[in-house]
Amino acid sequence: MKVPVSIRGLSKKFGSFEALKDINLDIAPGEFVTLLGPSGSGKTTLLQVLAGFVTPTSGSILVAGEELLTRPPHQREIGLVFQNYALFPHMNVFENIAYPLKLRRLPRSEIETRVRGALDMVRLSQFIDRPVDKLSGGQKQRVALARAIVFEPRILLMDESLSALDKKLREQMQIELRHLHERLHTTTVFVTHDQREALTMSDRIAVINNGALIQFDTPRAIYDRPRTRFVADFVGETTFLPVELGTSGGASVFGTPLRLPDHAGAVAAAQSDSWLALRPEKLALSPAASPETNVNSFSAVARETIFQGDSLLVIAGFPDGQSIAVRLVPQEANRGLVPLPGQPIHINVHRNDSILVSGDV
Amino acid sequence: MTGMIAAASSGTADASYFARAERREAWSFALLALPGLVVIGLLLIVPVGWLFVLSFIGKDGGVSLENYARLAQPVYVITFVTTFQIAGIVTLGSILLGYPVAYLLSQLSPRAAAICMIFVILPFWTSVLVRTYAWLVLLQRRGLINSWLVSLGIINEPIPLVNNFIGTTIGMLHVLLPFMILPLYSSMKTIDGDYLKAASSCGASPMRAFWDVFFPLSRPGLFAGTVLVFILSLGFYLTPALLGGGRVSMWSMQIATNVSTYSNWGAASALGVLLLVVTIAILAALNKVFRVDKLYGGR
Ligand SMILES: Nc1ncnc2c1ncn2[C@@H]1O[C@H](COP(=O)(O)OP(=O)(O)OP(=O)(O)O)[C@@H](O)[C@H]1O
Ligand SMILES: [Mg+2]
Repeated sequence: MKVPVSIRGLSKKFGSFEALKDINLDIAPGEFVTLLGPSGSGKTTLLQVLAGFVTPTSGSILVAGEELLTRPPHQREIGLVFQNYALFPHMNVFENIAYPLKLRRLPRSEIETRVRGALDMVRLSQFIDRPVDKLSGGQKQRVALARAIVFEPRILLMDESLSALDKKLREQMQIELRHLHERLHTTTVFVTHDQREALTMSDRIAVINNGALIQFDTPRAIYDRPRTRFVADFVGETTFLPVELGTSGGASVFGTPLRLPDHAGAVAAAQSDSWLALRPEKLALSPAASPETNVNSFSAVARETIFQGDSLLVIAGFPDGQSIAVRLVPQEANRGLVPLPGQPIHINVHRNDSILVSGDV
Repeated sequence: MTGMIAAASSGTADASYFARAERREAWSFALLALPGLVVIGLLLIVPVGWLFVLSFIGKDGGVSLENYARLAQPVYVITFVTTFQIAGIVTLGSILLGYPVAYLLSQLSPRAAAICMIFVILPFWTSVLVRTYAWLVLLQRRGLINSWLVSLGIINEPIPLVNNFIGTTIGMLHVLLPFMILPLYSSMKTIDGDYLKAASSCGASPMRAFWDVFFPLSRPGLFAGTVLVFILSLGFYLTPALLGGGRVSMWSMQIATNVSTYSNWGAASALGVLLLVVTIAILAALNKVFRVDKLYGGR
């Protein structure tokens, strides 16, 4: 079942505090959308509004064209995976997963088949009779997921569902979730504050801050073309350099004219409060200014080198004192590039990797 | 680290050191528990054992079963039945009244719950005697309750509410209700609200979610409350003695009569032993019904 979800002008106030501010979000049928934002940004609140446990102050949510907000939670046909799993402790694995089916009065044999199918999907078939408190965190997570998908909900909601797992298991579950989504194609809203998780899993990412939707785009666009300083900073390590606007429409950084990227919007973004956002992995080093016409080259002074195993981080300082990190691949070919502390260097970035963002959040 | 500590105290951290450390720990626990064990031994085991012995000693001072044979007399059988009837009704009543109160308390904010809890606990701060006399006043023929019922037109003339079964039950319910509410409340407090949300997202109406999830998870508290109230009511003396007006005869009153009126310690002991045995049997049966062992840990 693939349904589109359309969130219109959704606001929620707790007293005078605005937890959600006029959220507009159109989710395509079968899309995997991630809500990404810092702690307290309103992700859980938005999810709870969708699930029906928080009543919004105003707005509307249309699911396949029909208003969702007027339905009580138990009639929304929404699968919900909690951060703390919330498996019923007095039921075993089978009973937990069978519960939504029992409520729908399916015949016993069909319940049996469907529960087994769901357990197969999350690869837990051998645990069917286990009491739920005898499961590991990852297994509980899968049971919770199985319980949420077994009744073929119209929408699947997951709130920081992986954050309690250790890194390895978490990455494994991310891939499994992705595969599951490719099979079921249930419209999914996933919540995380981990930008990497969001980039890996989503069709599109909705970046939320202070209850407002900042940018809704594909992972690539969010990462490569963040619109604001907040988004750029949140999705990846970023250094921001102040952009000075010339009278003729040209822009410069530290007095060096900026070669602007191809993509549209770049110049539009070059308003009064503009910043050049630089990512460590997009940068290169050279002893002298790069002669290339497609490259912006800034002079700086090397400060220190940090070895990180799979990468080498060179920290350099600009004339105004701001520091910047350049990520080098620690391979033999790059050995000669690593500067000594105090050595003057040039930091080069292709103009298409030079992201211009506005300063507002 | 361990090595250093060991070195400071006894030289080397070899196997004998760890064995000694373990023994020391075991002994210190035993020592800490000793005062409690002594008190339990003196106040519980000894008197109950003595009671048990006494119950097998006849009028002539020899070993006999005559005390138990007497219990088959109709007066005792009737008392026995009455005692269990009252205990059963009081327990049932306290569940019906106490469960919703505990549920409400568990859903309130911590502040509001603390305030309401004072009203639940308040009765504990006044003596049972005072409260029982208060009920005597309220329930009289011309008492507050009868006059209200009459003036509201619910009844035409005062009904006997006291010196009978009804009065006894009301009085006992009042005294024992907190013993139902408190354990229920504390077990309901531990039920995570997310369980109910999860049930609801699975498609359960609020009513279904309550019966399928909340109620089963509140069973440990229900069991504790039921056991407390039932057992306390089996041995209740003061309230039935005062509010029963001599018309309600409870087991404890028979024991008192045997001791104070007839000085028959053997008979009183036999009554006590029988009550104890039946109580234990009922506890075991309740445990089966509520499957509490499964709820605590062994799910
Ligand atoms: N019931 C409530 N009453 C008052 N304020 C609330 C309530 N629920 C949430 N808030 C506030 O709304 C804001 C958003 O909360 P929310 O739980 O949605 O954040 P979040 O993005 O999920 O954060 P996290 O990543 O920490 O889970 C927070 O500032 C929070 O304090
Ligand atoms: Mg949250």
